Amino acid sequence: MQLCENLFFQKGFNFLLFTDTGQENRGGAFMAIEKTYEEINARIKKGEAVVVTAEEIIGIVAEKGVEQAAREVDVVTTGTFGTMCSSGVFLNFGHTKPRIKMNRVYLNGVPAYGGIAAVDAYLGATALPESDPENRVYPGRFLYGGGHVIEDLVAGKPVKLEATGYGTDCYPRRRIETWITLADINDAILFNPRNAYQNYSVAVNLSNRTIYTYMGVLKPNLGNASFSTSGQLSPLLNDPYYKTIGVGTRIFLGGGIGYVAWHGTQHNPCVPRGENGVPLTGAGTLALIGDLKQMKPEWLRGTSFIGYGASLAVGVGIPIPILNEEILLYTAVKDEDLYAPIQDYSSDYPNREASNLGRVSYAELRSGKITVMGREVPTTPLSSYQKAREIAEILKGWIKSGSFLLTEPVQPLPSVDSGIVLKGLEEKKNNG
Amino acid sequence: MIANKVVLRFASSLVGQPIIYHLVKEYDLVINILKADINPHQEGYVVLELSGDSENYNRGLKYLRDIGVEIEPLSGTIAWNRDRCLQCGACTSFCPVGALQLARPEMEVRFDESKCIVCKSCLDVCMARAVEVRF
Repeated sequence: MQLCENLFFQKGFNFLLFTDTGQENRGGAFMAIEKTYEEINARIKKGEAVVVTAEEIIGIVAEKGVEQAAREVDVVTTGTFGTMCSSGVFLNFGHTKPRIKMNRVYLNGVPAYGGIAAVDAYLGATALPESDPENRVYPGRFLYGGGHVIEDLVAGKPVKLEATGYGTDCYPRRRIETWITLADINDAILFNPRNAYQNYSVAVNLSNRTIYTYMGVLKPNLGNASFSTSGQLSPLLNDPYYKTIGVGTRIFLGGGIGYVAWHGTQHNPCVPRGENGVPLTGAGTLALIGDLKQMKPEWLRGTSFIGYGASLAVGVGIPIPILNEEILLYTAVKDEDLYAPIQDYSSDYPNREASNLGRVSYAELRSGKITVMGREVPTTPLSSYQKAREIAEILKGWIKSGSFLLTEPVQPLPSVDSGIVLKGLEEKKNNG
Repeated sequence: MIANKVVLRFASSLVGQPIIYHLVKEYDLVINILKADINPHQEGYVVLELSGDSENYNRGLKYLRDIGVEIEPLSGTIAWNRDRCLQCGACTSFCPVGALQLARPEMEVRFDESKCIVCKSCLDVCMARAVEVRF
């Protein structure tokens, strides 16, 4: 950690900042501001905490400077609302009479994984009914999948449960067909193994036909460039080294309260970073958990990507405690200073080939046009900036009202000193 | 002078013919193609704005009917369901006329029905299925 940090400070903000050891650097103009989680929570409980969004903090820092802003602001709230495929829900339906050990489980025709205990199942966001034509009629529509079942459950709609078992002495029943609602069943625990990607590629299509991807419809010959992020509002872009977001962080998840359960799958912190510490490609990810019963359908929405599949749009908001000036400065990052790599999704991405058609800033992406290979290309946003802003505002409201306290992580996420290297999957002829 | 938005539907046997060329060359019609596609069965359709003096316009339409092109006035409207809309804005980069627009700096999706030409480009690109055709 120290090695990377020192590099970062030498290149970047060493005139503005203190290192994380608390030593004043050569700028020396500021007093060290240090706040603890306990102090911030005490202010939240008294209704005195100063809470602003990751968008608002930009102007505050520009106006008041880092030191005063860090002194005054206690919490910066972030938000993101976009499709996150690695999402799903653990369900416990309650026991039938006589009992069944559910082997195959369907919810509104969408298969859930039943390979756990008798009446437990996991419904994944991208699961499709077996009757779905998929891409046999290309491009498929994918109008209803696991994400839509989750939305229906959260909306309180009755969902048809069909399950079969093979029958055992303790679980003799072989079949059940019934209707459930979220309120009826014992447990529904949203557990998303990978959400809130820290930065992501911009997708373009260099081929001469329209392609249908998880990055949306990509028109031929650089017809558009799609991107999915809330940029300056996005959680992990505001805490690039995971100094406050860790295991156990309490968050806004799907309109309710959730927690960071672990680092997400494919968490990859050791990628190249800019002078501001922010990764220049996809990097960190979060595994998130929360009780589905207190979430809202507005913030968990089934999505259909033509030619690709069904999924779930998830609303995530994470508070960042302003423990010191360094953390404040990270939260003041602007779209102009956040860069994403451009990748070709017609050939390079599907073939796992390196693809870098340059980088663009999120300010350019959000303006509606970018330049790729010398050509002006319209941008297609896939994640809602407006809804991200709304999430950051809702979370701000919860904290200001004293109803949402911050948690100190029980364990940090692996960071730049972790040595993590993201692996591919190689084909092997034998197990030697 | 007549100007109309029409949908032309072609059987697969007609897809190879230069029909638009004839409309321009022989009937002196002004054509603005709003949308066109050919499906896997080689049937095609074109949505176009067709204008010209009334005699040429009617002769042009007769020519189309005679060779077996189905002609329908552009009907139906696009309904945008604000509650279903995720506000991502993906549709706005596919809308050819700016009827669906991302207002900046609010970053809010807005739909101006008066600009909509019902080309349906927005339907499939909406992950939330928040736009639909109503007849």
